[in-house]
Amino acid sequence: MSELLASVGDGLVIAKRNLIKVRRVPETLVFVLISPIMFVLLFAYVFGSAIDIPGSSYREFLIGGIFAQTIVFGATFTGAGLAEDMQKGIINRFRSLPMSRVAVIAGRTASDVVYNAISLTIMSITGLLVGWRINNGVPRALAAFALLLLFAYAFSWVMALVGLLVPSVEVVNNASFIVIFPLTFIANTFVPSDGLPTPLRVFAEWNPVSAVTQATRELFGNIPPGTPEPDAWPLQHPILYTLVWVVLIIAVFAPLSVRRYRRATLR
Amino acid sequence: MPNVIEAAGLTKRYGEVTALDKLDLSVAEGTVLGLLGPNGAGKTTAVSILTTLIEPDSGTATVAGADLIRQPGEVRRRIGLSGQYAAVDEHLTGYENLDMIGRLYRMGRRPARERARELLARFDLVEAGDRPVKTYSGGMRRRLDLAGALVAAPPVLFLDEPTTGLDPRSRMDLWGIITELVAQGSTLLLTTQYLDEADQLADEILVIDHGRAIAQGTADEIKGMVGGERIEVTVADPSEAEKARSVLAPFATGRIESHDGRDTTLVVPITGGAPVLTQALRALDGDGIGVRDVMLRRPTLDDAFLALTGHGTDDEETNDE
Repeated sequence: MSELLASVGDGLVIAKRNLIKVRRVPETLVFVLISPIMFVLLFAYVFGSAIDIPGSSYREFLIGGIFAQTIVFGATFTGAGLAEDMQKGIINRFRSLPMSRVAVIAGRTASDVVYNAISLTIMSITGLLVGWRINNGVPRALAAFALLLLFAYAFSWVMALVGLLVPSVEVVNNASFIVIFPLTFIANTFVPSDGLPTPLRVFAEWNPVSAVTQATRELFGNIPPGTPEPDAWPLQHPILYTLVWVVLIIAVFAPLSVRRYRRATLR
Repeated sequence: MPNVIEAAGLTKRYGEVTALDKLDLSVAEGTVLGLLGPNGAGKTTAVSILTTLIEPDSGTATVAGADLIRQPGEVRRRIGLSGQYAAVDEHLTGYENLDMIGRLYRMGRRPARERARELLARFDLVEAGDRPVKTYSGGMRRRLDLAGALVAAPPVLFLDEPTTGLDPRSRMDLWGIITELVAQGSTLLLTTQYLDEADQLADEILVIDHGRAIAQGTADEIKGMVGGERIEVTVADPSEAEKARSVLAPFATGRIESHDGRDTTLVVPITGGAPVLTQALRALDGDGIGVRDVMLRRPTLDDAFLALTGHGTDDEETNDE
């Protein structure tokens, strides 16, 4: 038990260090935060003019999808941060200290929750400016944000492993696109998934990003009354399905990342 | 005296390359072992294994009484490491770096803070202590890195090429600090490719090349393996070097080497000291060979390396250790 507490302490020390760095080099944050704003504007004004959602405005529909997409993209920040650490001498310091072997990664995923919270705040403001509204009360809205942050936290463990596997920060960005693009676009994020060709539709329906999006839309009250109940089970129980993925992702990727970290040497 | 570091048969291969080949080493309590070798000799691999950063393919070792393979956590608690790449976070201040290391040694909040301030003072970093490390000079980074290794006052220290790339003044500063540490009873394993550094700091020197130990002894013993004095003659006209070589041959007690790949400077091993030097110069003068520079000197560890390995310290291909 005391070892577990000490490990949590180690993780917090690392998280604090990561946040100091973000404060000292705010530029790292600025560019990553601008891209979601661009996505909102791009989809709201460019694609939005061509996509018709029955009974709703596209912008109401869009924001839930953008939220989900942004937190998945945001996980790249975790991978890049770890890849950068692994290229620096500091990693040998950490590995020669009697600290927890999971702390460097756990500290990174923890500090990135703060990053995702900032990112969601900026997204919400941008959304409100283009016409998105919270229609279901504050408690449900808070639940939506909590669910988004939880999924973001889980997904940053996926990118943590990517960050530990690849040789440099640049490769993280390229490699993450392979994972992120299908996950965020073959989903109900930007268009309703009903109209997709069958294989893609099935993928979209079982895609956890779709469930996160669906849950977010429900909790914010962005689904217009009269919209037919989705056919697929995950979309009928989006919160539960998302939580299952959160547990699953952490259970698989946390041990894999730690194993990789133990074996990694300074590159 | 008991051995604080004891390693037997350490072997590490990377694909076809054998980075370490059955290396044995031991370091007695309160002494300094200098691991000497050129780039790619396996020095960093040896340190990485002994500090638990990588696992050996085979071999055993104990460090400060803890078994390297079975008790890596115990080893980490008892060692400090300062590497050739200053292992400090450049976005953090010097103080924040040391405080973080203290917390990760699980010293507790207050002791970690106090220790950080204490070490900044000791390493002459008080003024720079609250500036981000990226504003530091190379010498300051190394001092901070060394301070990082000392946070928990570990009984065993590993310093991997502590002065590589430093200017002469910073190098002298670090030598002073290291000498002081040893005077206070630390046991130290130091790697270096600077022969004067091993000569200056180490009680015992282990010369390694291609992952293998090729000689071991005190600096004097190693020099002894190479024989007596040397005359170094630089001829004024490079085209006369070959002629000078044959004139000097009768005085040489071993092979005449030429310096740094060019033939203008000849290194002639001799016995007999100054009188032999005088005779040699007379002989050169008698043949009308102009001499630009001449020196009589005791063998350096560079000569030792040349004699032990058949190649100098700087003609090794630089591969990643």
